[in-house]
Amino acid sequence: MLREGEVRIPSGCAISGIFHKKGGNINGSDIIKSISVMHDRSNGLGGGFAGYGIYPEYKNYYAFHVFYDDKASKAACELFLEDHFDIVNLSRIPTKKIDKIRNEPLIWRYFVAPLPTKLASRQLDEREYVAQCVINVNSKINGAYIFSSGKNMGIFKAVGFPEDVGEFYMLDNYEGYCWTGHGRYPTNTPGWWGGAHPFGILDYSVVHNGEISSYDANRRYIESYGYKCNLLTDTEVISYIIDFLNRRQRLSFQDIASIIAAPFWSTISKLDEKLQQKLIYFRNNYASLLITGPFSILVGSEGKLMALNDRLKLRSMIVAENDEMAYVASEECAIRILEPQINRLYAPRGGEAVVFSLEE
Amino acid sequence: MKRIKILQEWCLGCRLCEYYCAYANSDIKDMVLALKDKEIKPKLVIESKGTATFALSCRHCHDAICVKSCISGAMTRENGVTRLDREKCVGCQTCVLVCPFGAVVVSEDGIIDKCELCTNNREGEPKCVRGCPNGALVLEEVEA
Amino acid sequence: MEYLLNEYEVERDDYRCIRCGVCARQCANGVHSLNEVTKRMEADNSQCVNCHRCVSLCPSGALKIVKNRHTFRDNANWSRDNITEIYKQAATGGVLLSSMGNPKDYPGYFDRMLINASQVTNPSIDPLREPMETKTFLGKKITDIVRDSEGRIVYKSKPGLELSVPIMFSAMSYGSISYNAHESLARASRDLGIYYNTGEGGLHKDFYQYGANTIVQVASGRFGVHKDYLEAGAAIEIKMGQGAKPGIGGHLPGAKIIKDISETRMIPEGSDAISPAPHHDIYSIEDLRQLVYSLKEATNYKKPVIVKIAAVHNVAAIASGVARSGADIIAIDGYRGGTGAAPTRIRDNVGIPIELALASVDERLRQEGIREEVSIVVGGSIRSSADIVKAIALGADAVYIATSALIALGCHLCRNCQMGKCNWGIATQDPELVKRLNPNIGYKRLVNLITAWKHEIEEMMGGMGINSIEALKGNRFMLRGIGLNQKELDILGIKHAGE
Repeated sequence: MLREGEVRIPSGCAISGIFHKKGGNINGSDIIKSISVMHDRSNGLGGGFAGYGIYPEYKNYYAFHVFYDDKASKAACELFLEDHFDIVNLSRIPTKKIDKIRNEPLIWRYFVAPLPTKLASRQLDEREYVAQCVINVNSKINGAYIFSSGKNMGIFKAVGFPEDVGEFYMLDNYEGYCWTGHGRYPTNTPGWWGGAHPFGILDYSVVHNGEISSYDANRRYIESYGYKCNLLTDTEVISYIIDFLNRRQRLSFQDIASIIAAPFWSTISKLDEKLQQKLIYFRNNYASLLITGPFSILVGSEGKLMALNDRLKLRSMIVAENDEMAYVASEECAIRILEPQINRLYAPRGGEAVVFSLEE
Repeated sequence: MKRIKILQEWCLGCRLCEYYCAYANSDIKDMVLALKDKEIKPKLVIESKGTATFALSCRHCHDAICVKSCISGAMTRENGVTRLDREKCVGCQTCVLVCPFGAVVVSEDGIIDKCELCTNNREGEPKCVRGCPNGALVLEEVEA
Repeated sequence: MEYLLNEYEVERDDYRCIRCGVCARQCANGVHSLNEVTKRMEADNSQCVNCHRCVSLCPSGALKIVKNRHTFRDNANWSRDNITEIYKQAATGGVLLSSMGNPKDYPGYFDRMLINASQVTNPSIDPLREPMETKTFLGKKITDIVRDSEGRIVYKSKPGLELSVPIMFSAMSYGSISYNAHESLARASRDLGIYYNTGEGGLHKDFYQYGANTIVQVASGRFGVHKDYLEAGAAIEIKMGQGAKPGIGGHLPGAKIIKDISETRMIPEGSDAISPAPHHDIYSIEDLRQLVYSLKEATNYKKPVIVKIAAVHNVAAIASGVARSGADIIAIDGYRGGTGAAPTRIRDNVGIPIELALASVDERLRQEGIREEVSIVVGGSIRSSADIVKAIALGADAVYIATSALIALGCHLCRNCQMGKCNWGIATQDPELVKRLNPNIGYKRLVNLITAWKHEIEEMMGGMGINSIEALKGNRFMLRGIGLNQKELDILGIKHAGE
């Protein structure tokens, strides 16, 4: 069977996210508990998590999580990393042998900082440099795959049901202010670990439920700007779009939402002139970044979590808030299991971005 | 009430309107049987001079002089249409003489004939308008 | 001795013929006449061009035009066309002229691509119940957000065109087509929220009122180009080439340069209007840049400039050069594109299919990272809404249609525009023939056609689960090839059906 990147694989899914607005710690076991109640929304072919604020001791270093098919690919990748980064720590990512997770690749973690001389000679912004290096490894070094590359955050994913993946990575040993989780229901996959979600680039991570119909229009656009969509998955292209618009164009998550899940023209025509001008500008200039077809996504980034549905709201997604906590999930049960008492519960409209930020 | 508006600008002089008129008023459904080898007597005719052509038919005047001058009461005006009762017509042709447009014609049996906007035949609405290939005849709603 | 056989024969059902004579009155070629002796209608088949005017108007359905069954001895190599063309040239010593698009049996790629639809994993969208958007902007895009000194985004786009549906009427000059044809196109464009193109014949003073929906063309002959003309349109198109006759200019015979046309083109009445093969101020790409910026300068940088090129072998590299020349929009015209007159050999043998040209240009511009610098408009035989969906999925921003528009106006593709005796009042300047195209009817038929196509595009988009046309643009996953070899698939950038 062809794996992700060689063939496009549609999939349905479950997503869940937890955010502590004051930056307090949430144990990784919570997100496992939440996603596990939506067991039937996954089929055992992929599960994963992203945690933010989990590496406070290395918060100034990029944390690379890498899958290797074999020792040769590890050697090739490490050669590349040494050539481009100062590696301050490297180790296997701790895992627990469990019956339901098998065929694991080599899973390594590196805390790195760009080599100052290299960075200077490339005349690139630091984050651009890191992003380019990650894309380089993933598209050029056979058998090596950097699946997490942000600061003070990490992605953990595998083939299996999400609750088993969480147990495998022993997430109860991690604490952070934000977690997202994903259970995957692909129509077919050979079970490649890199194909599981979340997908990440730098500190952006995306979990996604849906199948976008605009995929190739989005992919071909974003690839003009140095990205390589190796996996052919929706999540990958959405992540790159978010990176392009947020990091490179410095657009807010709200503005990004009005590009990728743009309001309909009929809606825009009823808005005040200033807002119209802005939305017409976005829809005109970033026409190819409009995402159509069903999706509900959770976008994590440093200090932020965005929940967004496609503009027709073709996928379920519900948000709950208490004083300090915010929850987003495909189903309400995934929130209630963590917090039976909820102050505010609502289903955002299609295209309506809900953004949570750490309070100062 | 409806009127046929004649747009000389778009008249091609193809004379299809004449044939459709004759056909509509023929009581024969097969056009070949209705029109072939017959001298047609349409109630609408194409007038032409040089390259200028236009269709001419009853204008259904508000104050119709044909109705006024009819000696037998065969001409009446109902719902904006000047009608002819062939039973009452005595063939005096006064109407033919007084019509300022020359829109009243004499039929083969000596009785007069005129356009009644196809309200008196199987078509129900003017066949000439539907058959005109260039929109030179237009059915228009006008005030009574 | 005349070696030529009649191409067509008029078949008249003598039983059905009612001798109304409409055929005789309407045939500008003088095919039909009444035999005063037999009292029957007759036909001079040698004059028939198979335009169907008589057939369409015959009230009793007595007429049909058939291809002459008279035949040469079977020969797989020497076709009837080959032989008769030699007879024509042996008799006249002239270059063969013909019109409308390349009619030869080359492969058509639009007909070898199939469109996707959603099943199960994502929902199709019902355009009758959900919004379905076809609005499109053409012009350069801003990909790097511009901010003012205080860091606020400057919401100002570059000059462009806004289309309610990604279809425009492509260039047909006043002269090659009639006043009434132009009026139909102009009024339809205004009604539809799209654009029509003046071609290289200037803009008749009556049509300045449609300026907001007009693209004014500047071609190698510069006919009718002046300041007011440039300012009248919503965009300016520089015509470098045309799909029907790449590499050569146009020729409008003096007989067609009647008073109005002479005024509009700014040339003497009765003189031939011959546009040169190249622009004599553009011998290279840097010259093009100068003309692009001259036109922008002349119109205060308020209007987008379109550069129209014919699809030729090296089209991707040429388009890349054009994209870097300051053009806002590139129009590419495929080898099937129509014309009012072209040398037959050129029409039938020069250029490449628009599908392949489009696919390679779009991909090349993306590889070079300059796809957003220009919009791509393609023409050259867009025959249906399905062709449009396929063109956009391959990467076009919009399409240009001309032949389809003329067919909507009554053209029956008899391909004798060059004779100037168009029985449908389209490709003629004879006032009696021009009159046959009533723009009140014509514009409505154009509006109907585009409206119908819009509905069909929406249906197909909805089937794919796409509710806005921009998500279709360049979305090649939505296409699969059928009966194409690997090389063709690679150029088109699509997979084969079943893959």
